[in-house]
Amino acid sequence: MVKLASPEAAAQKKATRAAFGTTLVELAQEGAPVVAVDADLTGSTTTKKLAEAGFSDRLFNCGIAEQNMIDVAAGLALTGHVAYTGSFAVFGTGRAYDQIRNTVCYSNLNVKIAPTHAGVSVGPDGGSHQMLEDVSLMRGLPNMRVLVPADYASARAALKLAAEVPGPVYVRMGRASVPCVYADDVELELGRAYVLREGADVTIVACGVEIREALAAAEELAKEGVSAEVIDAFSVKPLDEETILASVAKTGRVVVAEEHSVYGGLGSAVAELLAKKHPAPCEFVGVRDRFGKSGEFEELLAYFGLDAAAIVEAVKTVQAR
Amino acid sequence: MDSTQLASAANEMRVDIVSMIAEAGSGHPGGSLSCADILTALYFGGVMNHNPEDPHMEGRDWFFLAKGHAAPALYAALSAAGYFPREELKTLRKLGTRLQGHPDSNQVPGVEVSTGSLGQGLSIAAGTAAGLTLDGKQGCVFALLGDGECEEGQVWEAAMFAAHKQLGNLVAIVDNNGLQIDGKITDVCSPEDLGAKFEAFGWEVTHVDGHDIGALVEVLGGAKAAGGSKPHAVIARTVKGKGVSFMENQAGWHGKAPNAEQLQTALAELQAACA
Repeated sequence: MVKLASPEAAAQKKATRAAFGTTLVELAQEGAPVVAVDADLTGSTTTKKLAEAGFSDRLFNCGIAEQNMIDVAAGLALTGHVAYTGSFAVFGTGRAYDQIRNTVCYSNLNVKIAPTHAGVSVGPDGGSHQMLEDVSLMRGLPNMRVLVPADYASARAALKLAAEVPGPVYVRMGRASVPCVYADDVELELGRAYVLREGADVTIVACGVEIREALAAAEELAKEGVSAEVIDAFSVKPLDEETILASVAKTGRVVVAEEHSVYGGLGSAVAELLAKKHPAPCEFVGVRDRFGKSGEFEELLAYFGLDAAAIVEAVKTVQAR
Repeated sequence: MDSTQLASAANEMRVDIVSMIAEAGSGHPGGSLSCADILTALYFGGVMNHNPEDPHMEGRDWFFLAKGHAAPALYAALSAAGYFPREELKTLRKLGTRLQGHPDSNQVPGVEVSTGSLGQGLSIAAGTAAGLTLDGKQGCVFALLGDGECEEGQVWEAAMFAAHKQLGNLVAIVDNNGLQIDGKITDVCSPEDLGAKFEAFGWEVTHVDGHDIGALVEVLGGAKAAGGSKPHAVIARTVKGKGVSFMENQAGWHGKAPNAEQLQTALAELQAACA
């Protein structure tokens, strides 16, 4: 069983992005040849911590030039470094998609695309900055692995895992502070999903900030006599087919929840799996073919139907089918 | 190699370029022929420290073909240097070949990174130069860009970064043949004075005749030896399609294969030039 946060620790809130800088420092102190390449957002992404900890030569600030950022990281990877790139998810993937595709992935380089401020977590900045298609973009790329951690501890684990896995890895982080799910020193494995709560009536597969919404929904459903199993599929690619199929074999019904478009992300990955190996009724909690909006993170979760209440609704819908 | 041998190596490279593109039935002869002398200077003129027996040799110099469509020129140079058998050139662009239409670093020894999407090579080269500097390692990094490629904005992101990071171990070579697919670069969307632009970004700029192998060896070797705190840009004036009269200065030969008859004419001209 994966190590979870104690009830006291679970009450604490931390942003996944806060793990970026501290984990880079940790890796550098352990002697890993890590470098970070950012684009004028070293404070927001927290890569600045690398410089503050005495590794200023390992932090490359490209200024507002994300395309150059990705390919500079490619060059650093070619010379033996584990190169993490920063920026916001909207720019760090979308603005530089061709660089990620044609250089990082096609050449299969040791670059870790690790932007922050993904999804609606960037809040008041609005639709231009709320990246809801990044998992879809990254998942479609050959050689790319896609990790969507739920909290600070799992973001740290995902970033460390990325350093151990050779080749391109995408690590998606958010801006908003979210409750802790995992124990501080949790370790995650590539291609593994974790059953966080066992249940018999329905399987809720989620990732990222939707994990805590899924757990809250399961709690709510329990009061109504519905037993929901909650799975953290943080490794969206490769997906843990075995764990998901075993759960669906038991429950027969699935809800997938992600702070992302319903197109191309975790929902699509689970649907592709089930369509092929175990057809079952499926509902999708995510953003429905639209752009984001200004607002506070918690408000936006409710507005876009990404909160626990929306997951409860989706469970009821899938049960009625 | 002495100057006669270098001229002969460049001619041989041109023979290989037109032959492999004719055999493939598609490819980019114009921009491959225009950079043949530059590649000759780098690989055979003693400019680059490289080892076909050990392509990832520690302390080597690095070469990035930013203008990846000139792959036939690079393949000709690499096979002549002994990175892979020359016989393989005839497999260019065919199903199952290592010699993809644009260079694939996971398949071809001596290709440092895959290229083909324009505008990225200089950034990759700058990152490599920064990585070598970070570790206090030897090695000069060369990137060959097209002049049309300089219309890509990312080239100037890289130019800014390299100067800011004082990457004196970086040499950008511009194959300034003046043509791109749609015509003259000055007609399509002129990047204007490329040397002045690199200079304005803080680079050390040298202009050279891109078909004078002796001058290229001197300028490129000089830029490598100079190092210093400024990256180096070498603007090489070239002729697109150089060496094949009917291809010279013709934008139409950017991405078209010669037919059997045209190949014979081209080979005859190249042979005559060598005699």
